[in-house]
Amino acid sequence: MQIHDKSPLKAEARNLSFYYGEAKALKNINMPIYDKKVTALIGPSGCGKSTYLRSFNRMHDLYPGNRYEGEIRFFPDNTNLLSPEVDPIEVRMRVGMVFQKPNPFPKSIYENVAYGLRVRGENNKRVLDDKVEHALRGAAIWDEAKDRLNELASNLSGGQQQRLCIARALATDPELLLFDEPTSALDPIATGAIEELVHELKKRVTILIVTHNMQQAARVSDYTAYMYLGEMIEFGKTDEIFIKPQDKRTEDYITGRMG
Amino acid sequence: MNHAMSANNTSDLHVVSDRLSRNAMRNISERVIEALLFAAAAVSVLTTIGIVYVLVSESVQFFQHVSIIDFLTDTQWTPLFDDAHFGIMVLISGTLVSSLVALIVAIPMGTIIAIYLSEFAGSKVREVAKPILELLGGIPTIVFGYFALLMVTPLLQKILPGLPGFSLLSAGLVMGIMIVPYIASLSEDAMRAVPMSLREGSYAMGSTRLYTAIHVVVPAAFSGLAASYILAISRAVGETMILAVAAGMQPNLTANPMEPAATITSFIVQVALGDLPHGSIGYQTIFAAGLTLIMITLMFNILGQWLRRRFRENY
Repeated sequence: MQIHDKSPLKAEARNLSFYYGEAKALKNINMPIYDKKVTALIGPSGCGKSTYLRSFNRMHDLYPGNRYEGEIRFFPDNTNLLSPEVDPIEVRMRVGMVFQKPNPFPKSIYENVAYGLRVRGENNKRVLDDKVEHALRGAAIWDEAKDRLNELASNLSGGQQQRLCIARALATDPELLLFDEPTSALDPIATGAIEELVHELKKRVTILIVTHNMQQAARVSDYTAYMYLGEMIEFGKTDEIFIKPQDKRTEDYITGRMG
Repeated sequence: MNHAMSANNTSDLHVVSDRLSRNAMRNISERVIEALLFAAAAVSVLTTIGIVYVLVSESVQFFQHVSIIDFLTDTQWTPLFDDAHFGIMVLISGTLVSSLVALIVAIPMGTIIAIYLSEFAGSKVREVAKPILELLGGIPTIVFGYFALLMVTPLLQKILPGLPGFSLLSAGLVMGIMIVPYIASLSEDAMRAVPMSLREGSYAMGSTRLYTAIHVVVPAAFSGLAASYILAISRAVGETMILAVAAGMQPNLTANPMEPAATITSFIVQVALGDLPHGSIGYQTIFAAGLTLIMITLMFNILGQWLRRRFRENY
């Protein structure tokens, strides 16, 4: 993998393979994630991009029979996130995630955002108030939510719920934020709001985003990786990948001949 | 498409009439089946209406002899004595105290078992444990009754020396054990119905299994948990055999579970087993007591429906 940029690394996959039981879902992936940049993962359904994404916060540890091989190095401390000695809970304390379908908890808007802080033992009302407001502002939903903080989160619209879930992830200041097709359940206007938000957020946090929508990858990301059948086919600057892909398979996918 | 075309074509008239007649036959058999299904449904509804009708009409006769105020406020229940008193609160106290003891055992235990099975146990443990648990719900209550009288009471008497041979405490404890499987099984179903995406959302925030279970899964499943608690209350209030065997049958207005007492149900057993003349006031007390019992369970069922609607989660 050639170095494309001088910006520092936030994480790096090294010879990463992953098995669901016997089935090998990721094949020897090597890929850098640059600090404070947006990296998009594209590829046809079943290519392993979500599987790859969910390795970064050890989501696979929740289910029996899953196995990692290789490393994901996390910087600046050079920790291997996949090491058996590393507690997955410690990993998730540093890596936030936003899911495909908005999944607010059956709690108030306020308590949803405060959730991660409470998990970390923060119960000081003033600190919570402060961080909840900051996170809601960061997720561009403060103006809509500030007068209804005690309402159930399920009363919000789908797009608002997804921004609430982003606020929930932001509240604990993650170093890396994972987005798993965050707009696939949303209408175009709500999608536009999330994309704008992703653009804004990269000033604060490194972002890794899985998307089915190539225009979205082109709009929001600095780097793009094309995956196919569990392999990383091509990684590069988004402009280069979309304008001049090096690999025939990437070109076929991007031009719509395959996928 | 072709059929529709030919049906519109007048030269194919015989085809059209053929199809019509088959349709007509189908309609008739549909009607017959519908009528049979309706009759089957009607039987259960009519039975319920019939039971309520008998209870109410016999109770009306009862209340011509005894005022409702006396019925609700008198502190003695001696319907078979010469100096007859009809204070239903005496029986209600026995029912409530024994049910309360049962629920204090069953709700925490059932909920904890459900949390364990749904959130912690592996699929193998669950596949073995759940059927065994449900088997516990199939034990006849008379067996539980004798278990309470001959095993639990002597055991309790070692800890609480003053405990009489019949007590609400002993009967209530065993009743609680009897109800645990209902709560555990229904609550586990409710918690398993909580979508995985909610749990993943919580784990992704760095929370533990226990924190996720308590702060996300239980609140999300609350309407189902409430429904299981309400069902448990109905079972406890309506339970008869354990109380008749282990709680003693003398009417006793008390809030103390260490005492023996009759409940509404055990009183009904007692009177139904005796030979009271049909139409006598003693005979009619059964119906008034039965009506009270139905009113109590109805109240809890309505509360349960309300809780369900109030806390329903649309995930």
